[in-house]
Amino acid sequence: MAEIEAAWPPPSAGSNTQRLRALYRAMCRIRAFEEAALEAHKVGEVPGPLHVSIGQEGVAAGVCANLRVDDRLTSNHRGHGHALAKGAEAGRMFLELFGRSGGYCGGKGGSMHIADFSVGMLGANGVVAGGIPIAVGAAQGLKLLGQDSVATCFFGDGAVNRGPFLEGLNWAALYQLPVLFVCEDNGVAAFTEAKSVTAGAGITPRSEALGVPATTVDGNDVVAVDEVAGRLVAEIRFGGGPRLLHAETFRWTGHTSTDPAAWRDPDAVAAGKAGDPIARLKTRLIETGAIEADLAAVQTAAAAEMAEARAAANAAPWPEAAAIFSDVQDIGAVVGGTAE
Amino acid sequence: MNTVTLNEAGRLAALQEMRRDPTVWVLGEDVARGGLWGQYKGFLDEFGPTRVVSTPISESTIMGAGLGAALVGTRPIIEMRIFDFVMCAMDELVNQVAKVRYMFGGQAKPAVTIRMPHGMWRNSAAQHSQMLEAWFTHLPGVTVVCPSSAEDEAGLLVTAIRSDDPVLFFDAKDLWGVEGQVAEIGAIEPIPFGKARVVREGTDLTIVTWSAMVPEAQRAVSELAEAGISTDLIDLRTLWPWDVDTVCASVETTRRMLVTHEATEVGGFGGEVVATVIDRLGPQSLKAVGRLGAPRVPIPFSPPLETAMRVTAGDIVAKAQHMVSAE
Repeated sequence: MAEIEAAWPPPSAGSNTQRLRALYRAMCRIRAFEEAALEAHKVGEVPGPLHVSIGQEGVAAGVCANLRVDDRLTSNHRGHGHALAKGAEAGRMFLELFGRSGGYCGGKGGSMHIADFSVGMLGANGVVAGGIPIAVGAAQGLKLLGQDSVATCFFGDGAVNRGPFLEGLNWAALYQLPVLFVCEDNGVAAFTEAKSVTAGAGITPRSEALGVPATTVDGNDVVAVDEVAGRLVAEIRFGGGPRLLHAETFRWTGHTSTDPAAWRDPDAVAAGKAGDPIARLKTRLIETGAIEADLAAVQTAAAAEMAEARAAANAAPWPEAAAIFSDVQDIGAVVGGTAE
Repeated sequence: MNTVTLNEAGRLAALQEMRRDPTVWVLGEDVARGGLWGQYKGFLDEFGPTRVVSTPISESTIMGAGLGAALVGTRPIIEMRIFDFVMCAMDELVNQVAKVRYMFGGQAKPAVTIRMPHGMWRNSAAQHSQMLEAWFTHLPGVTVVCPSSAEDEAGLLVTAIRSDDPVLFFDAKDLWGVEGQVAEIGAIEPIPFGKARVVREGTDLTIVTWSAMVPEAQRAVSELAEAGISTDLIDLRTLWPWDVDTVCASVETTRRMLVTHEATEVGGFGGEVVATVIDRLGPQSLKAVGRLGAPRVPIPFSPPLETAMRVTAGDIVAKAQHMVSAE
């Protein structure tokens, strides 16, 4: 523990303006990415389902600010923010959302399966809780290889009712694996209020019962997320075993881009939006001397970056049809319907 | 070469590969105690608890963690204890293991070997006896291996562990005790997937089979020989990829083919073999074609009931004689 105490807090945390501005920019880019993606989806440029995380940017930005490039991450179906915050390129993500050549998965994955192994992003996942055992195993593999990287796993409040959550936390605690579980608690599991389908005392007691120390944080306060995640990642990296970060946040939209969320209580939505993590950090930055126009310029630049990425994706070629046969498997691969 | 059982052959092959490559490790229930079937006996002492990981009874995470560990560059042997338990890890196997490479555009290398001892064994009833290997031939992204001899168990397991593909390795529980000749550790050579083994050569009829049905078919072929029917007996060894060339070459000579398997006949891999051969050679090339598998019933417990649903050498002989004499 002495080592952990000595290493905390990191010199750049909290009051450091540079860091706060970086967090601000990270959140603005995620917001701009998803707003552009939603718009593109609305006009038919993005095929398939699209799950956006607007309102939850503080969690992705705050957690990933504490990860190294060789730390690994698994994500869920609502994972654009996680990928961007981990260092994936917006341009290649847009290409993937559009199903175009040059996308991260060559157009074979789409929004729900964005991965960038070069920055440790081991993939978003279309199955709730699907990334949990994978993150746990990545941590076990890293430990076996003698590396001090950490595996982080993002999932929602709906995932805590799936078996892999229970198995995965028990497993991580059992082998004292370097995993940070991040539960983005936005209050809704698909179309259902999570509390209405979750028994017991809540997510953190459930985690503690499985041997994983858990901390709740206001997920819309990116500074708090950054500080707590920084502490937890340090504890994990120094051999302290797994931790769970329970980040309370709010999803502004419906489950998918085509869900108008008419089923939601308008007052609750209005209250939730009032906690906008970007607006909150903006206020804080201005209080500490930032110039509003500078912050607006960050937002404008993010919007321009994403507009450019969207335009480039629209102009990009579709994948060649022959690509359907590549990257299936080495032995027993099939070409043109005939086994090799 | 030493005479060893199929079980020991698998143990030696895994031991060889773990000595050869420090990124190979094994996880599963009770593996540190040697595994339910003794197939990892002595591993803990040699490699320690980091590489020989006895796990909770958490099949989803045994499979999913194996995958995650592969994604950071290790080569896990995922031991499922008994095949039927993989049903608890179906999301991890079907949606994750089999998909990551393709879905992520080639970035992932899911180099896992999933060992799943399958088939009927000492009246283990409906949830400990199944052979559902055909399901997985339907699943792009994986290879399907079903050895029946000690030699093949060893050589195919070496190939599986070295492969960058996910390999579904079906150990035949009923054949654990079958003996064969296996080289010393360090000298066990990989056997390529997709190459069938011709168990016996003949001219009147081709019998295609795999896994626990191979010895049963061997008994049938001996009986048929006594009855004057010369049979080409082919053990496919791997179902995906499978050796279409060897089967077709045999059928071009014999012009009769019977595919037999322990698994349920309906929807079994036998139908795929038949359809592929007819597609390749044309229906006129075959004088007779048939398949023989279990009836479409769950596997019962009571010995006479289990026996009643098994495909036996006698069933194979009867079917073969009918096919040869029916013209």
